[in-house]
Amino acid sequence: MKTAVKKIYIALIILFLYAPIGTLMVLSFNASKTRSKWGGFTFKWYAALFRNDDILKALFNTLLIAFLSALIATVIGTIACIAMTGMKRRTKAVMMGVTNIPMLNAEIVTGISLMLLFISLGFRFGLGTILLSHITFNIPYVILSVMPRMKQLNPSTYEAALDLGASHLTAFFKVVFPDLLPGILSGFLMAFTMSLDDFIITHFTKGAGVDTLSTKIYTEVKKGIKPEMYALSTIIFVTVLVLLLLVNLSPEKKEKNLQGNK
Amino acid sequence: MTSKNKWLSAPYTLWSVVFIIIPLCMIFYYGLTDKTGAFTLENIAAMATAEHAKALRLSILLSLVSTLFCFLLAYPLAMILANMKVNQHSFIILIFILPMWMNFLLRTLAWQTLLEKSGVINNILTFFHLPNINIINTPAAIVLGMVYNFLPFMVLPLYNSLSKIDDNVINAARDLGANGIHTFIRIILPLSVPGIISGITMVFVPALTTFVISTLLGGSKILLIGNVIEQEFTQASNWHLGSGLSIVLMIFIILNMIISAIFDKDGEGSML
Amino acid sequence: MKTGKRFNRKKTVFAAGALALFSAAALTGCGSSGGGENGQVIVYNWGEYIDPDTVKMFEEETGIEVVYDEFETNEIMYPKVESGAASYDVVCPSDYMISKMIENDLLAEINFDNIPNARANIGAQYFEQSKGFDPENKYSIPYCWGTVGILYNKTMVEEPITTWAQLWDEKYADNILMQDSVRDAFMVAEKLNGYSMNTVDPAELETAKNALIEQKPLVQAYVIDQVRDKMIGGEAAIGVIYSGEAIYTQRENPDLEYVIPEEGTNVWIDSWVILKDAPNKENAEKFIDFMCRGDIAVKNFDYITYSTPNDAARELIEDEAIRNSEIAFPDLSKYSNLETYSYLGEDGDALYNELWKEVKSH
Repeated sequence: MKTAVKKIYIALIILFLYAPIGTLMVLSFNASKTRSKWGGFTFKWYAALFRNDDILKALFNTLLIAFLSALIATVIGTIACIAMTGMKRRTKAVMMGVTNIPMLNAEIVTGISLMLLFISLGFRFGLGTILLSHITFNIPYVILSVMPRMKQLNPSTYEAALDLGASHLTAFFKVVFPDLLPGILSGFLMAFTMSLDDFIITHFTKGAGVDTLSTKIYTEVKKGIKPEMYALSTIIFVTVLVLLLLVNLSPEKKEKNLQGNK
Repeated sequence: MTSKNKWLSAPYTLWSVVFIIIPLCMIFYYGLTDKTGAFTLENIAAMATAEHAKALRLSILLSLVSTLFCFLLAYPLAMILANMKVNQHSFIILIFILPMWMNFLLRTLAWQTLLEKSGVINNILTFFHLPNINIINTPAAIVLGMVYNFLPFMVLPLYNSLSKIDDNVINAARDLGANGIHTFIRIILPLSVPGIISGITMVFVPALTTFVISTLLGGSKILLIGNVIEQEFTQASNWHLGSGLSIVLMIFIILNMIISAIFDKDGEGSML
Repeated sequence: MKTGKRFNRKKTVFAAGALALFSAAALTGCGSSGGGENGQVIVYNWGEYIDPDTVKMFEEETGIEVVYDEFETNEIMYPKVESGAASYDVVCPSDYMISKMIENDLLAEINFDNIPNARANIGAQYFEQSKGFDPENKYSIPYCWGTVGILYNKTMVEEPITTWAQLWDEKYADNILMQDSVRDAFMVAEKLNGYSMNTVDPAELETAKNALIEQKPLVQAYVIDQVRDKMIGGEAAIGVIYSGEAIYTQRENPDLEYVIPEEGTNVWIDSWVILKDAPNKENAEKFIDFMCRGDIAVKNFDYITYSTPNDAARELIEDEAIRNSEIAFPDLSKYSNLETYSYLGEDGDALYNELWKEVKSH
């Protein structure tokens, strides 16, 4: 009974999260160009998508920037978390405060302030400036995911490893890192996703002719979003979903066994 | 260990000085000057004018309500997930991040399609002869949009810290005679505080400054402080006023610093 | 030994951080470069405001590579152009923004000798109209134009809509869509009261503001682009919309009707301009000249459905109903009180924004 309630609860939340996604998927098969009218079932937007070089190039840029910025942000953010645990309380509070600035500032403020910075540094606007900005707003997400894990770490295990002759690096990777991994992983994913989704900051830090999917979508707003975008979103979504299921469903039995042995 | 940590902080310190502090100084410069470049506090004081103060109050209210809803929805969920012990952290995390792989604007537009007077939900309700809902273009729709968009930010830190709690601690409490509610209040809740703080920050902060959600789901009839700032930059081209108002919003950073400082006191014992 | 090791790792971490910084900085070096055999031209236009085929045709015919970039609003475009963050050649701003750019010395005078198609094909009346924001026709060449009017759903209203005043009719409570931009919203209220839409008279603006506040409870939503979708879907009965959208919305939903209100309205023009510090001025001229060709302009008209000022292109429109459409090509002499936005100056802009905020937060 209780498990049934739990399952229903999870199902409801998932329905809440995925209802708009379902809507968008349905729209990608809508023959009418407008979202508020059903014009019959069609695959034509999918065909059109693969003929659209601009969208495909934007997709490539988006993924490249998301991956690189998430990776670099994760490295910097995780190192920062480790560093912060050893800090005095006040220094740490200041660091966390600084960390929150990019999250708290209205995106447009961050975007324009970064644009001003890049101009004063004489940077050429392009993929590089987008990357730098994305790393900047991604780091807080990594830190906020890793920090709670960090706080729950048991420091004696690390010290024990040191006492047993492990170097700092070995002790870190063998003892601390596995415990942090879920936090790091979720931080990376979060960063990747935030980068994927960002529009405003990208807009102000991008150069001419460099587009990501978000900037493409937003510029389409004036004349209406092209259904190809729904199609692309659907493809991305389904691909990730399938990958996810493949990766996770196969080793499940093994994991369960491990769990049983515990 | 302290000495080691000093240089570990170098990359991030360097980064935050160049890409956070210096741009921030530029915002302060704009916020504290007028169009002629002379020093002024006018842009800061502008927050007190009737329209701005009203927008700020409304933003705080709506983001508090959304944070509360997120918390109430996410905590039980995170507990259920943590107890499932599937040991597939990444899988569970992905389920909640996956929706974000669809563009934010597209997802929010989809809510419009769902909530509209002749939208999907009302069509379904009509089919079952149920009364229609009419919340599009109201604060309720904005709260819904905020909860929808920021719920994962609450679930993930909570899940992260709840799944970290050692079963043995809970079992020990049970063995010592604590009942379910007792265990929850005395053991689980305190141990998940870092996750709660992290979750609240990650929901409240973006909810406070959003303008896209209020524009799309509130029909632009409800002016939030994020809308005001955005308009100063994009419509009014008054960067000075926009910056000044953003500086006022930064009070919340300071609040946040104070809160994390308080919780550090508790956490100090368990640090690396 | 321990210290040596620590020193090494200290260096490593520092190097890693620095490396990340510099590799990212290095990436900024390899921005856009090169171009076609005859160089490039960097164009900054509204989103979805050109037929991509015409750009390809231009590239093939001239060997000039087009770097194409898009913006959503004039106000978002302006700081990017002004700051010089990305060096554009050709931009397509609207009327009042052009006068602001002229005032701030951002535009280059256009040499019409190099753009023969402009004088030959663009109707003289559009250059006349442009004098409102470009008094000597030195800086801009009209690309698209249109009016702002009312789109209404015949099945949802009791009588035909002909005036702005009907947007204040309580019958249509929760069925009205207003434009979510300062100038367009105030334009409606100003025309309702018989004022100029470029007024900066505080008393007139106060009246306009109060009218908008009075109207607010009746308004379903203030929207920009979603008017189109919401009207097609029958979400609202009446919406304020740009004429360029009318043809498309009618195609999707035949119940919709577009009307230019009796009190008068805004006639807007989006024009090509060349920036003062454009790196490829010659190519920019070639690009504009190409877009002014009749056969190209008609392709763009077919694609974006916004009225073209290009008379040669209008001749080429095959569908007679559209060529003579009162929506796409209204006979402006039939309407009174038509105006084009002009730049109000910083103080004027500030006043409008202040009042608009009062409306929105009411």
